[in-house]
Amino acid sequence: MHVPDGFINAPVSVAAGVAAAGAVAVGLKGARRELDERTAPLAGLVAAFIFAVQMLNFPVAAGTSGHLLGGALAAILVGPYTGVLCVSVVLLMQGILFADGGLTALGVNITVMGVVTVVVSYALFRGLVKVLPRTRRSLTAASFAAALVSVPASAAAFTLLYAIGGTTHVPVGKVLTAMVGVHVLIGVGEAVITMLTVGAVVAVRPDLVYGARGLSAPLKLRVGGELVDAAPAAQAPAAARSPKKLLLSGLAAALLLAGFVSFYASASPDGLEKVAADQGIDKNVEDHAAADSPLADYGVKGIEAPRLSGGLAGVIGVGATVVVGGGVFWAVRRRPAAQASD
Amino acid sequence: MGAGHAHQLYRHGDSLPHRLQPHCKLVAVLAFVLVVVSTPREAMWAFALYAALLAAVAALARIPAGLLLKRLAIEIPFVAFALLMPFVVPGEQTEVLGVQLSVPGLWGAWNVLAKGTLGVAASVLLAATTELRALILGLQRLKLPPLLVQIASFMIRYGDVITDEMRRMSIARRSRGFEASGVRHWGVLAKSAGALFIRSYERGERVHLAMVSRGYTGSMPVIDDVSATRAQWAYAAVLPCAALPICLLGWTL
Repeated sequence: MHVPDGFINAPVSVAAGVAAAGAVAVGLKGARRELDERTAPLAGLVAAFIFAVQMLNFPVAAGTSGHLLGGALAAILVGPYTGVLCVSVVLLMQGILFADGGLTALGVNITVMGVVTVVVSYALFRGLVKVLPRTRRSLTAASFAAALVSVPASAAAFTLLYAIGGTTHVPVGKVLTAMVGVHVLIGVGEAVITMLTVGAVVAVRPDLVYGARGLSAPLKLRVGGELVDAAPAAQAPAAARSPKKLLLSGLAAALLLAGFVSFYASASPDGLEKVAADQGIDKNVEDHAAADSPLADYGVKGIEAPRLSGGLAGVIGVGATVVVGGGVFWAVRRRPAAQASD
Repeated sequence: MGAGHAHQLYRHGDSLPHRLQPHCKLVAVLAFVLVVVSTPREAMWAFALYAALLAAVAALARIPAGLLLKRLAIEIPFVAFALLMPFVVPGEQTEVLGVQLSVPGLWGAWNVLAKGTLGVAASVLLAATTELRALILGLQRLKLPPLLVQIASFMIRYGDVITDEMRRMSIARRSRGFEASGVRHWGVLAKSAGALFIRSYERGERVHLAMVSRGYTGSMPVIDDVSATRAQWAYAAVLPCAALPICLLGWTL
C-alpha cells in the first residue's frame, strides 16, 4: 500500500527523501559492482519483472486475493544493491505514471517499502544461510523467514515515520498494533509465495539466484566408477566476503533487532494502554493536546511506556547510524570512482 | 501490439499542457503538490480552489472528467484508512447522526483525503498529457543519475513485454484446465513467477549482448536533447504560482 500525499508532514518527508536518495546512490554503486555495464538492461528487466509480478494475483479464499510486494524476492534473487535499485525504480515509476503513492511521499515510500524490506530481508536471509546447513531446503527456509519478517518490519518503519511526522495524532501504540498485526498476516502470504518462487528458480537456474551463490556443490566426475573431484573452475565470489557487506548487514541486523524487540516489548504496554483509554479517555486527550511537537509526544510516550520508548529510541538510533554511516560510506566510495573516471 | 505501446495512461492531444516540455511539467507538478501539502487543513476553501485549478488544466488539455475520476480510484485503499480515523483518534468527541466521532480524527481524515486526492489528480494529469518516453527524458533533463534513468527506461520499455509474457503464461495455464481458486494453487503460480524471473533475466542478458554488439559502452547516446524555452517554463510555472498565494492566504486568514 503506497503512502499518499499529506500523510506524513513535510520535514519528515524531506528527511525520508534524503535517506532514500542516499540508499539509491549506494544501490547504484553496489549494483554497478555486481553487474558491471550490464547494470542498466539487467536491473531494468528485473524491475519490469517486479512490476509484473506485483500484478500476479494469488487467490486466498473465495473472492479475496493478494499479491507479492517483491522486496524480499528481489533481494534474494538479484542481491541487496540491485534489489534496492529495482524496487526504488518501480516505486518511482508507479508514483509518476500511475499516481500510486504521492510525489511528496516518494521518499517515504522508497524508504519504507524499498530500503527497509530489502535490507532487513537480505540481512536475515544471509544470516540464516550462514547458520543453516548448506542445502536447498535451508535456502528456501531462509527465504521464507526473510520475507515473513520483511513485511512487518516495513510496517514498523512506516509507524516510526508516522510517529515522528504523522499529520494526525493517532496513538502510536494503536497504529503499531494495527499496522504490524495486519502486516504479519500479509507477511505470511508474502513469505509462502517468496519461498515457492525462490524454490522454483533455484530448481531450474541456481546460478541466477544471488542468495544461493557459494552454495553449489563442487563438480564431481565419475572416473572408472569412482567419484573424483573435478578441477575447480576459475570462479571467485570475492565480493561476498567484503567487509563493507558485513558492515551493512550488521547495521541492518541491528535495525531489525531494535525494531523487533520494540515490537514485542510494546505488545503488553499497548494492551494496558487500551484498557486505560477505555476507562478514562480524558487522560489521553490531555496527552495529545500537549503532544504538539513529535519529540514531546515521544517523551510523553516514554513516560507512559518506557519499553516502547526504549524500542523506538533504539530504532531511531540505529536509523540515524544507518543514515550517517551510509553517507560516510558513499563519500568514501565516491572518491576512487571519481579518480577512475578522470 | 501497436496499441500497447502508446500507453493507456497517455491520452493523445495537442493542447498547451501536451506541448510543454516534460521536465517543466514534472517540476510544476512537484511544486504544486508541495504547495498543496503545506496548506493548513483548516482552510477548506483553499482545497476547493486547488481542485478548480486542476480542473482548469484538465479542461485545457481536454481530458474528460470521467477518465480523471476513474484513475482516481487508485487511492481507494487509503480512503478506507482515512474513513477509520474519526473512530480511532482520541480527542474531543462530536455526534453525527447518532455516531460518536472524534473531531481531530475528522480533521485528519479530511486532511489525508483532500491532499491525497489532489496529489493523485495532479499525477494523473501529468501522465495523461506526457508520453512515457518523454517523462523519462524529463527525468534525465532534471539530472537524475544517468544509470537510474537508463534502468527506468528499460523498465518502461520492457514492462509491457514482461506483463504480456505473464499474460501468455496465464493463458497457457488456463488452456490446460488450471484455475487458481485457493492457497493450494500457490505452488503453480509461484513456479510461473519463477519462470517469469528466469525469462526476464535471460532477456536482460540478451538485450545487453545485442546492445554491446551495437557499440554500447555503458552510457546511452542522447539523440533528442531538448531544452525548454523561457516561455515554456513560464507556462509551466502558472500552476504552482497560482497555487502559492492560495496557500499563503490559507495561513494568514
